[in-house]
Amino acid sequence: MNQKTDSFPEGSDFYSALKKRYRVASIWQILFLSALFVAMISLTALLYNVMDGAFGYIAYEYKNDPSEFTFTPVNELSKEELLTILQNNLSAGAYKKLDAEQAMPTRSQADLMNLFLERLLQIDTKQTWSMTESILQGNEIRQEAKTNYPEARIEFRSWLTPQFLVSSLSSRAEFAGVRTAVLGSLWLVGIAIAFALPIGTGAAIYLQEYAPKNWFTAIIQTNLNNLAGVPSIVYGMLGLAVFVRLLEPFTSGGIFGLTDANGRTVLSAGLTMGILVLPLIIINAQEAIKAVPDSLRQASFGVGATRWQTVWYHVLPNALPGILTGSILALSRALGETAPLIVVGASTFISVDPDGPFSKFTALPIQIYQWTTRAQSEFHAVAASGIIVLLVLLLTLNASAILLRNRFQRKL
Amino acid sequence: MENNNNHYSIETKDLSIHYGRFTAVRNVNLKVEKQKITAIIGPSGCGKSTLLRAFNRMNDFVSGSSVTGEIFLHGRNLYSKHVDPVEVRRKIGMVFQKPNPFPKSIYENIAWGARINGFKGKVDELVENSLRSAALWDEVKDKLQESAYALSGGQQQRLCIARAIAVQPEIILMDEPASALDPISTLRVEELLQELKKNYTILIVTHNMQQAARASDFTAMMMIDDQRAGGVIEFDDTKKIFTRPTDKRTEDYVTGRFG
Amino acid sequence: MNFDLKKKTRVGESVIQALLFFAGILSVFITLAIVYELGKEALLFFNNPDVTLAKFFGGTIWQPGIGAYGIWALVSATLTTSFIAICISLPLGLAAAVYLSEYASLRARSILKPALEILAGIPTVVYGYFALLFVTPVLQNIFGNENIQVYNMLSAGLVMGIMILPLISSMSEDALSAAPRALREAAYALGATKVETSLQVVLPAALSGIGAALIVGISRAVGETMIVAVASGAGPNFTFNPLQAAETMTGHIARISGGDLSYNSIDYTSLFSIALMLFLVTLALNLISQWVVNRFRERYE
Repeated sequence: MNQKTDSFPEGSDFYSALKKRYRVASIWQILFLSALFVAMISLTALLYNVMDGAFGYIAYEYKNDPSEFTFTPVNELSKEELLTILQNNLSAGAYKKLDAEQAMPTRSQADLMNLFLERLLQIDTKQTWSMTESILQGNEIRQEAKTNYPEARIEFRSWLTPQFLVSSLSSRAEFAGVRTAVLGSLWLVGIAIAFALPIGTGAAIYLQEYAPKNWFTAIIQTNLNNLAGVPSIVYGMLGLAVFVRLLEPFTSGGIFGLTDANGRTVLSAGLTMGILVLPLIIINAQEAIKAVPDSLRQASFGVGATRWQTVWYHVLPNALPGILTGSILALSRALGETAPLIVVGASTFISVDPDGPFSKFTALPIQIYQWTTRAQSEFHAVAASGIIVLLVLLLTLNASAILLRNRFQRKL
Repeated sequence: MENNNNHYSIETKDLSIHYGRFTAVRNVNLKVEKQKITAIIGPSGCGKSTLLRAFNRMNDFVSGSSVTGEIFLHGRNLYSKHVDPVEVRRKIGMVFQKPNPFPKSIYENIAWGARINGFKGKVDELVENSLRSAALWDEVKDKLQESAYALSGGQQQRLCIARAIAVQPEIILMDEPASALDPISTLRVEELLQELKKNYTILIVTHNMQQAARASDFTAMMMIDDQRAGGVIEFDDTKKIFTRPTDKRTEDYVTGRFG
Repeated sequence: MNFDLKKKTRVGESVIQALLFFAGILSVFITLAIVYELGKEALLFFNNPDVTLAKFFGGTIWQPGIGAYGIWALVSATLTTSFIAICISLPLGLAAAVYLSEYASLRARSILKPALEILAGIPTVVYGYFALLFVTPVLQNIFGNENIQVYNMLSAGLVMGIMILPLISSMSEDALSAAPRALREAAYALGATKVETSLQVVLPAALSGIGAALIVGISRAVGETMIVAVASGAGPNFTFNPLQAAETMTGHIARISGGDLSYNSIDYTSLFSIALMLFLVTLALNLISQWVVNRFRERYE
């Protein structure tokens, strides 16, 4: 029954075959690794692209020469000087209107400076350059700007400034800021989480602790997994039909006596976002509840606790860090969502901060979208700065989720 | 075969196996005879499987594991820098505790190993011969293209034996090959071992002493020392181990007085 | 002490249980609401004399001005961008998954995994910025300005592929890691190299999980809005040429609903008919992928 044959390569044949196999192996390994390399390069390119847009040379002109208003160099003007200049040179009507929006003397120096630049000097951006161009070809850019725009001033500008964070929106890229949009986003995610966290946790408790194992529960579970995969724009359509239109009397504040609003409020958008993140919160909370050991429940039942007492005193406290981690991740999803907000009618231009659930609103990603799709390159620079703000917010949220998760893991 | 001045197939010399700083197996010196069945027995946790896996360098996949001492096959140290573990495993096949067929057809399960190793002969013949050697041919010859998962546990394990034979190794390592099987399947595997030893050297780990006594020619008895490292305390003819062991611990173990 | 073992009705417990039950089934109502609202408006749309099912599913021109509502004008762009995205994300995601699951050391994983998670966590509008202001200029350099439009499906599709890559890689990696260790050992014991084991044993064993990842990836690509809204073009255009501008189903909804839209107008109802199609397609894809994953789980557990 000896069937040893010579059909397998032996000796030196074996080694040359093996050498070939290893060569193939290393080619594959390089291919595998290069996929990750492509991903890393893309991430780097994306982040670099954003940074590249947010800083760089800018060539601008003043329509009116500063010497018409003051002899102090523009960037050395004090708050008082600016106030006097504005009072003297703006038309009485315009000044009054500004004063009504916010009393002029209470405004910051930077705010007044913006008004001075915008209303009186009437700054006019001629061209902007990216950070890379500015660093590598600084001299050429200055030469080019000198010949193309002899009147223009050229300076290296950071579009991302403290001023950018605290200014409201503006039709002029030079003065645009993200305050209104950030506040809008905060209202949005606040409403979303206030809606989704209690309901989501409740649903997870029901599914893990109460629900019988039958076809109905299976349908709920399958449905949840599906909802998590529904495109966000479809949630936007649902929000448009239900919150903006059907429930308009409520979401516009109409039944509370507000008259001028329609259903396109931060409340409608927040509830839409709440529905969008609900499946994520439920699924995450279920995982957290599942991780609570059964022995704990049995111990609690063993001393005569009811089901709810067991859940409230033992299961929930142990699952809470996990539930919160999941909620933070859901929050960061809501913070970056754009499409449903477009559909439920975020205002594209609004300079009034949201002050309640029935306000009109805009949100940070909406503004990024707006600025990105504008033709003028200075708006792209503003978009880049907005993206940096958004990414920093997201990074903070995710970092806190990771911290929470790590503390939680150490405990168990 | 070259270097054939003795009737030993594989020998270990002061073989120790470590996981990080922990020594799992210490100073094993075994001479395994050609075309015989050598059983490794001992209480659980004494390093039987670890020792067995050292023979075809399967421990390489456990991070932090290292080996001191030597294992010789044809006078070459398997752990020398110049030896490729792929070649070692091609020459020393293995059958695992639980049947682990590939999620492929029965035919592919056998053919795959041969194909990657550059087999140039007729694959159909190889598959048939391997299945025949594993006493499985008659049961599966009509369903070679069906999934291996459709077979019973005992059949799957014989398929795994056939798969190991198909690459024509010299030695087959078996790690408790019958522990997951019912008594009838176990018996068939044991009968198969007697057939296989005509062509192959077999090393088998078992916790079943009747099996070792029935099926093996030689037996190595392993036991852990006071530092929890396993070692071979007695190695001899199976008959002698089970009737007149020299070591008191072996006697306790084989007569069931231990643990 | 009164100690009977009679069953007591605990009012508080019952109320709480009822509330929890309501929270639990709310998600079912959400699905029903989506189907009802989208269906209702879509029905209004199809009741319009200008619209017939045949023209809707057969037409290649979408021009509300002349009463032409042919969904293929939008579907073509959705298919093209999704196809490009999958062509990028499937091979790259799979290769990344194999590397992470079979090759990477713990140290390498601890760097690579979070980086992929960052990639997955970047908002899609940021990807849109990247597509329009980085990838498109690069493509213009490659193809020449005259051959590729400023808004084009290629750029949107490529970036969408990068966006979906982490999803496919993490789902595939889960599938690969779920393949039992015993299978790998069996392959190694036959003298297989690492690549032979990974590609010829582990990968086929994980195939259904990878298939599920692919389906979820397609569903994500079809539903993705912001990248295409920014970079792919604003205007329905029946074409499969990736160098051209064309509007996807999602992009169209975003653009039209972003403007002033009066309820009950045909513009308004037409959006719901598109959304209904999107919902049904993604629903079907998600159901299939779940079914595949569940079957796959049963096999190894």
